[in-house]
Amino acid sequence: MLMVPVVLASALLWQSCKPKAPASVSVGDAASKAYVAPGKYDEFYNFVSGGFNGQMSVYGIPSGRFLRNIPVFSEDPTTGYGYSEETKPMLNTSHGYVPWDDLHHPALSTTNGEHDGRWVFGNANNTPRVARIDLKTFRTAEIIELPNSGGNHSSPFITENTEYVVAGTRFSVPVGDKTDVPISTFKENFKGFISFISVDRNDGKMKIAFQLKTPGISFDLARAGKGPSHGWFFFSCYNTEQAYTLLEVNASQKDKDFIMAVNWKKAEEYIAAGKGEKVKAKYAHNWYDESTHTATSEILTEVLQLDPALLKDIIYFIPCPKSPHGCDTDPTGEYIVGSGKLAALIPVFSFSKIQQAIANKEFEGEFAGIPVIKYEAALHGEVKKPGLGPLHTEFDGKGNAYTSFFVSSEIVKWNVESLQVLDRVPTYYSIGHLSVPGGPTKKPWGKYVIAYNKITKDRYLPTGPELAQSAQIYDISGDKMQLILDFPTVGEPHYAEAIPANLVMPNSVKIFKLEENKHPYVALGEGQAKVERKGNQVHVYMTAIRSHLTPDNIEGVKLGDEVYFHVTNLEQDWDVPHGFAVKGANNAELLIMPGETQTLKWKPLSTGVFPFYCTDFCSALHQEMQGYVRVSPTGSNVPLKFSTGKIEDETNGAGL
Amino acid sequence: MNTIKYLIAPGLLVLAIACAPDKPVTTEEKNLNKSAVEAITDPTKGIGAVKNVTLNTPLEQDRVKRGLAIYEMKCLSCHRLDGTRVVGPGWKDVTKNRKPEWIMNMITNVDVMLEQDPEAQKLLELCLMRMPNQNMSIGDARDVLEFMRQNDGEK
Repeated sequence: MLMVPVVLASALLWQSCKPKAPASVSVGDAASKAYVAPGKYDEFYNFVSGGFNGQMSVYGIPSGRFLRNIPVFSEDPTTGYGYSEETKPMLNTSHGYVPWDDLHHPALSTTNGEHDGRWVFGNANNTPRVARIDLKTFRTAEIIELPNSGGNHSSPFITENTEYVVAGTRFSVPVGDKTDVPISTFKENFKGFISFISVDRNDGKMKIAFQLKTPGISFDLARAGKGPSHGWFFFSCYNTEQAYTLLEVNASQKDKDFIMAVNWKKAEEYIAAGKGEKVKAKYAHNWYDESTHTATSEILTEVLQLDPALLKDIIYFIPCPKSPHGCDTDPTGEYIVGSGKLAALIPVFSFSKIQQAIANKEFEGEFAGIPVIKYEAALHGEVKKPGLGPLHTEFDGKGNAYTSFFVSSEIVKWNVESLQVLDRVPTYYSIGHLSVPGGPTKKPWGKYVIAYNKITKDRYLPTGPELAQSAQIYDISGDKMQLILDFPTVGEPHYAEAIPANLVMPNSVKIFKLEENKHPYVALGEGQAKVERKGNQVHVYMTAIRSHLTPDNIEGVKLGDEVYFHVTNLEQDWDVPHGFAVKGANNAELLIMPGETQTLKWKPLSTGVFPFYCTDFCSALHQEMQGYVRVSPTGSNVPLKFSTGKIEDETNGAGL
Repeated sequence: MNTIKYLIAPGLLVLAIACAPDKPVTTEEKNLNKSAVEAITDPTKGIGAVKNVTLNTPLEQDRVKRGLAIYEMKCLSCHRLDGTRVVGPGWKDVTKNRKPEWIMNMITNVDVMLEQDPEAQKLLELCLMRMPNQNMSIGDARDVLEFMRQNDGEK
């Protein structure tokens, strides 16, 4: 008699521990599929956008291990990025220093449509920019700003040989001399711009090759053609209603928006024929020099533009249902998948049919002077009732597509040729983008599909109102997709790409060679450590090696001085960074890699003796790696002097 | 002309090629495998790729000059030229107390030396600071050795 309520109560208690626990728990061999033994390496690197943290994070797949956070568009006190004098120019823009942005999409460089492991690009959604990260160092090497853009969302997708990185604006904006206009004159004055950024084959240097002036609409995502469609680019467009307020309603009026097909080879022909127009613009171009360990920022003042309403055959519109988000070309380059956020079907367009339709002028009319191809003329077919709210599609190289569905919170696998739905799995919860290793390339590696979810809810231990962001890995090697792992991510993951480790790992830099350090304030050895005064600037040429800083006693700094600590890490062994911090600095630490020089600027605001120390645990005597700098009143006659290891009594002063 | 010879163990090269792609075998691991044999050959020469160094008189001044530059950039932080121990031991008389092979192996193969060479281990116990790998080639180490000889009064 007594037993029953006890059992019931305990059952209730057990249930109430995790009231909304998902019914589907990974089972069987799932754990072993995601297990990477201690000391073993993952098979893939996963480059995941950090969203509103403005950074890019790197995970191992299939373990989901967090490997690294790469600061790109946001300051990073951990590494000193944006705080050190050397890295500050990286965040310069035409609006001055911008310490934050919103990074949505990584794009790995390709050669012949396949991953080459050289660079990964990222977009800044707020203050429009594109960054290039060097995969030898996993550091941001270059950032270019985009003039005439209102928010760089449709970016940084790349062409087959990384000839171009594109940047399509999310917001159309008024441009040129006429920017102070009523918002209600949207249709008349607002323009959308697509920038084609060329990438140097050898060193990766970026340059805005040209901009296409397009009608005032919004661009969402994009993919380059490949194989037969190489030379073309496809952009998803929304707000063809040209609304400027309550877009939620006003930009969702039409049954169909557009995929915009761009013949960029044609654009190149027009430029070669001198049809481009040089237009005044103001934008920043910043790059990091690995030999001087220093970034440079230049402001550029001109950009080349083409007007496709006047120069025919560059762009065509293809109707696509309901505010398309994803716009994905399959590995063969023949099919383009449009994913209407509010649609209940997925249209698949055929590149060869698009070409035929253009040749036969099968147009249903024009939009702002641009031909609109008839929907049926471009269509390969529709995937019927796949789910609700298709967002983004990637491919496995076996003829299958994987589409994420935000509204119905699932991944659906379907066959590109037959358009038949083959399998579906739930995601937890509300998936945005997904990623198959090599999924956007000509040669997908397949094996896994990774879901990047917008809502985490009850998947992890609660941490107050703000929860971990979530990704999930599904094994796709069999006919059925199988959930094998959840892993939390930092920031907000939007898009991500994965690449086999062996394409990146062998090139990874371990140290910077001292012999190649051309920093103007380097101290190549402790004998070169010194302190120099130039007016009210005090330059400290400091060295760091386990476990002392040289000099570690500095006197003669005065109130009003600006002190620059140029710290050279003299180590030449892998994984021996030193840090540097000084009390009261309105700044962050420096984290200095072996062989590198970095500079912390410090303006003392009071007199006294200020401690400084190494912030990175480097050796058994790391705690001893410390020193003092004395600050005297303005006009005091304390001489400038510095030393390490000199005892005051012996030297009658700290000078060497 | 100088007649310096470095006999580099061929096994090193073979092992380097046979690295498993899954996880590269570190230099230390490679050397661990063969160290036992080497230790037997001549314990006073240390452990590493340097087997036999020929010293010439007079000193090669080009080497001395390069050795000094390397010393100033990569060694001076911890080693003084007199007998004073700072982080590491002072260099005075090091070429009289150690074989040239031992010195060069210590410079170029420090992690293995600190794991296995009894003399190197004694120094670690004394200094309590592992000597860092300063990414020096055998040629660099030979230059530093020549500079050490000059520092010890050789002409």
